[in-house]
Amino acid sequence: MVTEALVLSAILFVIGTFGVLIRRNAIIMFLCIELQLNAVNLSFVAFSRMFGIEGQLFVFFVMTVAAAEAAVGLAIIISIFRHYETVNVDSFNLLKW
Amino acid sequence: MTALLDSIGYSGWALHALIWLPVLGMGLVLAAEESKAKTVAFWWSLGVFVLSVGLWWAFDPTVGGMQMESTTPWISTWGVNYSLGIDGISLFMVMLTTFSTSIAILGSFNYIKERERAFYALMLLLEAAVVGVFVATDVFLFYVFFELTLVPMYFIVGIWGGERRIYAAIKFFLYTAFGSLLMLVAILYLFWKAKTMLGVATFAYADLLQVPLSGTEQLWLFSAFALAFSVKVPVFPLHTWLPDAHVEAPTPGSVILAAVLLKMGTYGFLRFLLPLFPVAAQHPTVVTTMLVLGVIGILYTAWVAAVQPDAKKLVAYTSVAHMGFVVLGVFALTVNGLQGGLVVMISHGISTGALFLLLGMLYERRHTRTIADFGGIARVAPWFATAFVITALASIGLPGTSGFVGEFLALMGAFETHPTLAFIATLGVIFAAYYMLPMVQTVFFNKLEKDENRQIEDLSGREMAIMAPLCALMIIIGWNPTPILERMEPSVRMVIERVEDAGVQAATSDDDLQVVVAPPGEVAPTVTSPTPGSGTPEDADTPTADGDE
Amino acid sequence: MATPLLALAQGGGQAAAEAGHYEPFLPGLVVLLPLLGFIVNGILALQHGRASADAVRRGEELDLGDASSRPATHTLPTWIGPGVMAAAFLIAVVNFARMYGVYLEEPVIVRYWTWIASGTFTVEAALQLDQLSMIMMLIITGVGFLIHVFSVGYMKEDPGYPRYFAYLNLFVFFMLVLVMGSSYALMFVGWEGVGLCSYLLIGYWFSDREKSDAGKKAFIVNRIGDVGFLIAMFLLFREFGTVDFVPVFAEAETLAYAGGLVTAITLFFFVGAIGKSAQIPLFVWLPDAMAGPTPVSALIHAATMVTAGVYLVARSSALFALAPLSSAVVAGIGVLTALFAATIALKQDDIKKVLAYSTVSQLGYMFVGVGVGAYAAGVFHLMTHAFFKALLFLGSGAVIHAMHEAYHSTHSHEDAQDMRNMGGLKAFMPITWVTMWIATLAIAGIWPFAGFFSKDEIIWYTAAFGGAENAPYPALYTVYWIIALAAAMLTAFYMTRMMVMTFHGENRTGAEESKALHEAPPVMWIPLAVLAVLSIFGGWINVPEELQASWVGLFGVLPASEWLHHWLEPITAQAHHIQEVNLGELSHYSPFGGGEVLWATISTVAAGIVVLASIRFVGGQKVVPVAQDEKKPTGFAKVLANKYYVDEFYDRFVVQPIVGASRFCWKIIDARIIDGAVNLVGMLSKGVGWGVSMFQTGTINTYAFILTVGVLAILGVTLL
Repeated sequence: MVTEALVLSAILFVIGTFGVLIRRNAIIMFLCIELQLNAVNLSFVAFSRMFGIEGQLFVFFVMTVAAAEAAVGLAIIISIFRHYETVNVDSFNLLKW
Repeated sequence: MTALLDSIGYSGWALHALIWLPVLGMGLVLAAEESKAKTVAFWWSLGVFVLSVGLWWAFDPTVGGMQMESTTPWISTWGVNYSLGIDGISLFMVMLTTFSTSIAILGSFNYIKERERAFYALMLLLEAAVVGVFVATDVFLFYVFFELTLVPMYFIVGIWGGERRIYAAIKFFLYTAFGSLLMLVAILYLFWKAKTMLGVATFAYADLLQVPLSGTEQLWLFSAFALAFSVKVPVFPLHTWLPDAHVEAPTPGSVILAAVLLKMGTYGFLRFLLPLFPVAAQHPTVVTTMLVLGVIGILYTAWVAAVQPDAKKLVAYTSVAHMGFVVLGVFALTVNGLQGGLVVMISHGISTGALFLLLGMLYERRHTRTIADFGGIARVAPWFATAFVITALASIGLPGTSGFVGEFLALMGAFETHPTLAFIATLGVIFAAYYMLPMVQTVFFNKLEKDENRQIEDLSGREMAIMAPLCALMIIIGWNPTPILERMEPSVRMVIERVEDAGVQAATSDDDLQVVVAPPGEVAPTVTSPTPGSGTPEDADTPTADGDE
Repeated sequence: MATPLLALAQGGGQAAAEAGHYEPFLPGLVVLLPLLGFIVNGILALQHGRASADAVRRGEELDLGDASSRPATHTLPTWIGPGVMAAAFLIAVVNFARMYGVYLEEPVIVRYWTWIASGTFTVEAALQLDQLSMIMMLIITGVGFLIHVFSVGYMKEDPGYPRYFAYLNLFVFFMLVLVMGSSYALMFVGWEGVGLCSYLLIGYWFSDREKSDAGKKAFIVNRIGDVGFLIAMFLLFREFGTVDFVPVFAEAETLAYAGGLVTAITLFFFVGAIGKSAQIPLFVWLPDAMAGPTPVSALIHAATMVTAGVYLVARSSALFALAPLSSAVVAGIGVLTALFAATIALKQDDIKKVLAYSTVSQLGYMFVGVGVGAYAAGVFHLMTHAFFKALLFLGSGAVIHAMHEAYHSTHSHEDAQDMRNMGGLKAFMPITWVTMWIATLAIAGIWPFAGFFSKDEIIWYTAAFGGAENAPYPALYTVYWIIALAAAMLTAFYMTRMMVMTFHGENRTGAEESKALHEAPPVMWIPLAVLAVLSIFGGWINVPEELQASWVGLFGVLPASEWLHHWLEPITAQAHHIQEVNLGELSHYSPFGGGEVLWATISTVAAGIVVLASIRFVGGQKVVPVAQDEKKPTGFAKVLANKYYVDEFYDRFVVQPIVGASRFCWKIIDARIIDGAVNLVGMLSKGVGWGVSMFQTGTINTYAFILTVGVLAILGVTLL
């Protein structure tokens, strides 16, 4: 049971990772990051079956942080969109040297 | 006087006040109106100076160790304390600091025309930091103050400086920070060593003196400390930041830089290098290296100074030459040499500070520092010329001025142990005349040709108030240095005795990598546990360990 | 500072108990009075300077008006300057009178305060009163006073009048410290102090670049010598742990006779003396020093400061007697300088340059004296030289003063110091003429003038010393003796030449100008007269016994046989003892036979003949004024006129290389190599930063990609 959950979690995480790396749309990259977080949550829950309740506890932390992050992240993306009228990350390189 | 000081409990709070009053003054200056800032700063710094004069009487000249000590825990888990104390070596440095700060502030009234509040606040911060350097008896605290001095000086050069001020400020900062970071590493090593050997976490100077160190360790730590201080002094060839910083700095910045900041380096030699690492400090290679660098500093920078077209740069280079005499005196490792070095430090602070002030006054009048632009100024500004000539003579060490006493003792001390090097250094006496007199001649004598020079004003009342005490001190110290020398002597003797004891022990022990150094005035501790990795006495007995086959 | 001054004024601490019956009379005041004069005159000078600065700013000169309406800053120094000197001289005389009757074996030391006390080194601010310092004190304050008085007349129209007297007083102060200090360290204070005053006074008319340069040159060349002095002191301290005279001399004989250490000490001291007393190779500053006002040349560059080197050797006689090699070097340098400078003087046309080279030459004689162990004779010549050379300089000052006013009256810019413009001045200035002839005869060594006795004694001792039983280098001393005799003849010639060119023959000043020529005022000629009297009789205090009985002493009529010799005995006794033990008896015959009387007769007769012959010879030559003189000297005369090109040589081989090396140090080593390395480090870190910053593309995907790769790499490394 645990093994299957972990395999699923790994698959989800890799999908999320590739999504972040390949896609250029900020919203989609953002969703992929959420996917990664939830993949980790899944493995936490799975492990909590073996090691005790702490894993589930951590899931709550992750979810809280993820929610906060989503709020801030979306706000940033929206204000970028207002400014540039695009959410394609290739067109933002203000931090270049 | 002593009774009066006692009745107000002077020795209990004086050192704290000398650090924190300038900080308080900083607040006052920032709160004052822009136009009043300089007045507030001057009177405040003068008050601090007057307060510091009390040290002269409160100080017990018969005691060599630290006096007026006080300790307050600061970061107790690391054994860091806010602990202060003063001895014969730091006494005059503190007084020199408070004195030069007031003089420098008075000397900047016309020079600094913008952001006055910020400037005077930084000057007071600098004063607090420098006093802190000289009275800290906790090595961590010392380091904090040592680095803190960089900050105000960086801004003073970088904001109120000349055209290339940014370059000069960054060069100054990086040069010195580079040196002191290595010192930080060495301090941490000492701390760790103290913790393992003595079993206490401590940064206290007195405790660190008792840390047993092997010869090799001493050499490494010595090098790290020496590098930090040598940049500050500066010792040839680490001196190139100095001319740039001096030329670009505003007059008061140059005064403080020359009068006090350089002294932190040589003070470090006396306070840390010799007592903490006495074996390394008398290692023949180390001594020879330092002496040779000192001698090169004396002669080489005298030559370089002589061909400078810019008067301020000339004086900046002469600083290096003067500090060469200090290095020579210190590493002579004789009482005369050390005392001479200390007197050169005081004398250089006064005379070079005065030279920078005078050049600043000239700059305010003519807006140039190029020597060739002047000529014949003695005819229109006789008081100015008189003050300058007296100062220049003190700077080149004419007998009857403070410069002579120091140089004479330093050279004499060096001659006791290293006659050849001292002989070469003595030639510096000639080259001092070679760099200073042509400058004096070209600026003040010769024909008064240029019309701009004809209109140069003589010293104003304020400027006379600046120059009078400086010139008076040069002559008084020149004729009667004994009160100063006798206050220094016990402390200097302690340093020398410590070095000599270590030398004796190194000579008698079989393995000189295992010297345990006794703190001055105490019986040698019995802690002789060998340091890990170094040879044990048994090793030393085996024939293979002997290097003198 | 107040305490030391007060101590000096109050007559100071307690004199040493073993002072015999000699009770010093306010010795501190002798030193303090000139210092007070300096302070008061200095303040007046600064006030005066302010007033004249205002005038200069307006583009004018300060109007000093006529004599009646001058400002107080100009009139007060007239009284203060010479006044303090007179007072100091009187105190010195009282002290001399007190010491006169007492045979003082040990010097009296008057302590004031501890000057430097550091660890193992202590030196007191103390005055040493003994026979030698007493003689020097009298010369300095006495001749100094006369020169101050002369200056009142000579400088009265100078705008810097108070400054002049301030410097002059300061000079006397330092000179007294030099001769009265009780240790080498204190002597060094005076030693460098007089150098400073010399610098200030040579460059007194500092607006003139040449004069200013001359002052600077004097200071720097002097400092070369000072290094020698310092090193000698360090050696003494290393050996004895003190640099006070009394203990050093007491222990001097622990040093090995002719040993390396004592030779080194004395040679280094002599380097100092070479610088201060303008001997080969450091004599170049003295002729240039003539740029100063003429009374300054008389006081500093003839009578007092330049003789400090002789005083140093005489003071250290105990050390020099232990070092025969050093003594031979001293005498050798002295005799070479005497000859060398005398030859240059032959071809000089500037009246002061003649006197300058003559001074160098006479100083050479003094060094011969102290070099052959005749310390008293050296000091004797120092004294008589102070009289007649001060007289010659002051006389030349009177001449220049008159010439200057003559040219001033017609606004001519001719050279007032060039003898080719003079001639026939005896008609205009008879007193100057007579007094200067007296001095000339004295310096030429004509009996019975002062110079005859002193110079003859030196020359005779050279012969006698070389003939001593165990003389170190007998042949060398014979050579010295011959050169010394020859140089004496040259002296007679060039001095006569100077007198004839200046005072005799046709006047060449110019028809208009000569009307303004006049005798010096009384304030100037009275000092000349006093010095003239001293130049005649000054030598009679030390007539050698052997000569006194002969015609030279008018068969016993001349008084005071060898008085100075006996007077200085406590100082020189130790040296003489060392000399007697190691060298044995001095010879009574010259290398070519004949005793002292014979050779004294020969030398004065020869000098007399040279004087008479050169009056005829020079008088017969046609001298043309500078303006019409187109004849350039050729051959060896040209070399002499150009002073053997020594200055050019030094410039080419010493000064230029040092300046070149300085520039090299600055431009190449400092700016390129050291700062180059520093800047290179800066550049390197900047470069690395720039290279690394290429990775910062600003694109999120790149960062994410690199991050992922990095995580995988780390995982890979840790897991595999």
